[in-house]
Parts: sequence; structure tokens; C-alpha cells
Amino acid sequence: MLPLRLCVKTNNTKMKKILLLLLSIIIFQQAAFSQDAMGLINKVKSKLDKVNDYVAEGRMKTDVSFIKAPAGKVKVFYKKPNKFKLKRDGGISILPKGGVSVNMSNLLTGKDFVAIPSGDSKVGNIPVKVVKLLPTSENSDVVLTTLYIEEATSLIRKANTTTKENGTYEMEMIYGKFASFGLPDKVIFAFNTKDYKLPKGVTLDFDTNEPVADRMKNKKGRVEISYTNYIINKGVSDAEFR
Amino acid sequence: MWKLLQIELFKIFKRPRTYISFAAITALVGLIQMGLYIDGKSYVEFMLRDLSMSFEIEGNILNGYLVCYIILQLLLVHVPLLITLIAADLISGEANMGTLRLLLTKPVSRTEVIFAKFGAATIYTLLLLVWMAILALFVSMALFGTDDMLNMKSGYIVQMKSYDVFWRYACAFGFAALAMLTVAALGFFLSLFAENSIGPIVATMSIILVFTILSTLDIPFFNAIKPYLFTTHMIGWKGFFDVKVSEDNEAIIGSVQNLGKVLQAAGILVLHIVGLLIASVIVFKRKDVLS
Repeated sequence: MLPLRLCVKTNNTKMKKILLLLLSIIIFQQAAFSQDAMGLINKVKSKLDKVNDYVAEGRMKTDVSFIKAPAGKVKVFYKKPNKFKLKRDGGISILPKGGVSVNMSNLLTGKDFVAIPSGDSKVGNIPVKVVKLLPTSENSDVVLTTLYIEEATSLIRKANTTTKENGTYEMEMIYGKFASFGLPDKVIFAFNTKDYKLPKGVTLDFDTNEPVADRMKNKKGRVEISYTNYIINKGVSDAEFR
Repeated sequence: MWKLLQIELFKIFKRPRTYISFAAITALVGLIQMGLYIDGKSYVEFMLRDLSMSFEIEGNILNGYLVCYIILQLLLVHVPLLITLIAADLISGEANMGTLRLLLTKPVSRTEVIFAKFGAATIYTLLLLVWMAILALFVSMALFGTDDMLNMKSGYIVQMKSYDVFWRYACAFGFAALAMLTVAALGFFLSLFAENSIGPIVATMSIILVFTILSTLDIPFFNAIKPYLFTTHMIGWKGFFDVKVSEDNEAIIGSVQNLGKVLQAAGILVLHIVGLLIASVIVFKRKDVLS
């Protein structure tokens, strides 16, 4: 028979060991998940890395409650590592600040972020892994990016980005012909908009006494770009980004 | 009738005061264009300050189409005063000079005299608008170039493709012609009641000023009477610069948001012109011309 004090001491040691083991498992599992997330990110990156530059043509549609704009042709230029320019094919362009110029390569450039796995979800009917990217640099304009990655194809289906300057915007990608390069056929940007108002005394509007349409009350803006063609890795002049 | 119209046109264009309007418009349009050319950026920044908080806007925003819109917005309130100078003088001026009685001794009916005089006023008004269109639209297009047009309304912004703007201006100037002819008809009608031109000119200007102020004041008490003021309908030309949108909020090229309302406003102006002209004929026929 062991004395009572010795028995308590032995139990304490055992408990400590168990706790240590549990802690190690948690840390190990976390590290393993994190590695999984980084692995997934690296897969996406390697797919995107196939593209050194591209010129894409598409059609842009702006859907903002207080803007009545026609759809127009756009040309998008990209060059590694993070040069991106969207040009409207003639005419005036009204684009959400920051949002449209962010593309997937841009988000994953460099290693200044920590990838945190955040479980599984679905985008439409597609099962996806949710990964949060936290920038490690304090100067980064991006505060948090949440990626919804389809594991089977290593394609980013959706991304939510919160920035310091330009608020939060959501990007949804629909893939087609250029999925092997990780390039979408359609990108939908959604963002919050602020109010627009000018005094009637300044504009002297022709008053038709029509009630304000419901769409005018919608605060969420959308920009939809449907790409019709990509010219990949054929070289893009730096002059296009000025 | 044609001969009578020619005589009336000769009388109008023989007077130096006729050219004051053309000179005034040239000076005003020139000043606005110069101001916008030098510091138009500040004006655009002010108008787009809410939008530029969330959006990046690229392109030639201050182009000839927008400049013309700004000019018309500023001037079409004041041009009626220039038209009044001529229209309100057509009968009363003759009465003042003592030539009205002499004119009526000629073998022409009083109705013909009224139509000839109003016809001459119409030609003068249209020429003034054409001159304004040349300066405000074509000179602005040459100075500021062309691009899509942004119409900054109080609650929303309308973007029109550059190839979808010119026809709108053609319609807007057509509408403006109706608005100005309404003013001419009013001045002409009032000129029947005076023996000198100052009275009808001041009376017409006063009516336009009061009605314009009431039309633009956004006070609920006045909102009820606004539809009955012709000045409310005079800015109907702006209706051509608003477009319809599709289900997914895409602007439909070549459309007009409230075409029905614009046409209704045009109809009301036409009714005013016809009504005032008929009233002028009736009053003039019954008038005992003593001077």
C-alpha cells in the first residue's frame, strides 16, 4: 500500500503528462492543418504561376444603385508579380476603389501572410475549403482575406477581402476554358457603397414626381466582368500599366 | 403673308437691340467655357465628391457634351429674358412709335398681322437657339473634346455613351425651342395691352422670374402648384438626358427614362403657345387701335 501523499503526487504527474500530451496533439494538429492550408495555397499558387502575363478582353457591367451605366468592353492587363490594369475600351470608367484591381495572383504574391484553415463550406453546389489569410506586414492595406478554395481543382471560387482604406469586397469567380491557368471566365465584385446626393438647387432636375425605385435603395454595388478571351504569356509592355 | 413676314423680320433685324441677345449669349457662353477650361477640374471634383469617395473615375469627364449641358442649365433660365426684349416689343413698340394704326390701314387682316409678327419672333428665337447650339455644343466639343457624358442628378448619376448623346442634344434643343416660344408668345400677348414696350417686357420678365423661383423651390407648399406653372415644364429638355435601365440595372442605350413626361411637358408648352396666340388674335381683333 502506497502512502496517501505519494499516491496524490503520482496522480499529479500523470495528469501533467496527459495535459502535455493533449497540448502537444493540439499544437501538432494545428500545425498540420496550417501546413495543409499552406499546401492548398501553394497548389493554387503553382497553378497561377503558370501565367507570367496576360491580356484579357471582356465585358463589364456596373450595378450600383445610384449609377445608371451601360455595359462596356474592357481590356485587362496583367504582368507578374503584381501589375494589373483594367482599361475601359473607350469612354469613362467608374470602378470601385481598389476592388477591381485586386486579382488572385495579387492576393497570393509574396509570403507575408499566415494561412489559417477555417473549415469546409460550399460556393453554390461546389464543396470548398475555407482558408483565412492574415498579412504579417503591418503596412499591408489588406486586413483579412478569406478564400474559398475548391480542393479538387485548386481553384479559388470566392474571396472576401477586408481592406483598411476601401472597406470589404467580395469576389466570386466562375471558371471555364482557362481554368487550367486559374483564370476565371467571369468575376463578380460586390462591395458596399456610400450615399450619393447633390442638392436639387444645384442640379435643377426635371421633376417627374416618380417614387424612388427599390433598386435605388440597394446599398450593395456589383461589378461583373465576363472575359471573352485571354492571351496568355505572350508578353505585355510596361507602358500598359501607366 | 410671306411679304408681311419679310417686313417684320426686316424690322427686327434692323434694330441694334436684336443683336444684344446674340452678343450676350456669345459673352456668357465664352465666359463659362473659359472658366471651365481654366478650372473645370474643381467643378467636376465638387460634383463628384460623393462618388469619388468609393469610386475611381477615369476618362475625359469634362468633355464638350458635359460643358454644353452645364451651359444650357445656366443659360436656359436667362435666355427667356433676351427673347422677351424682342417679343414683348412687337406690338407695343409699334404702338409707341405710332405706326400700328398705319400698319392696319394696309389691306391685310389683323390675324395676318399677328401671325406675321409672331412668325418673325419665332424665327428670331430659333436663330438665337441655333447660335447658342453652335457656341455651347459645337465650340465646346472642339475645345473640350468628346467622351461619354455623365449627367449628375440629385439622386443618381447617368452615364451615356458618347455616340448616344448627340441625338439627345438635337431633341433637347427642339424642346428648348418650344420653351422659348412659350416665352415669346407670352411676351407677345402682353405687348397687346401696352402703348410702350417697357411695361410688357418687365411684366413678362417678372412672370418668368416668379414662376421660375416657384418651380425650383423645393417647398411642399409650392409643390402643389408647380404642375400648373409653364416654367416647371420648360426644363423638360433635361428629360432627354436620363436613360432607362434593364432588370439588372444596366443603362439601355438610346432610351429616355420618362419620355411620356417629357412629351407631356412639350404638349403643355405647345398648348400655351397655341392658347396665347389664339388669345392674341382675339384681343387684337377687338382692340381699338388709337396709336
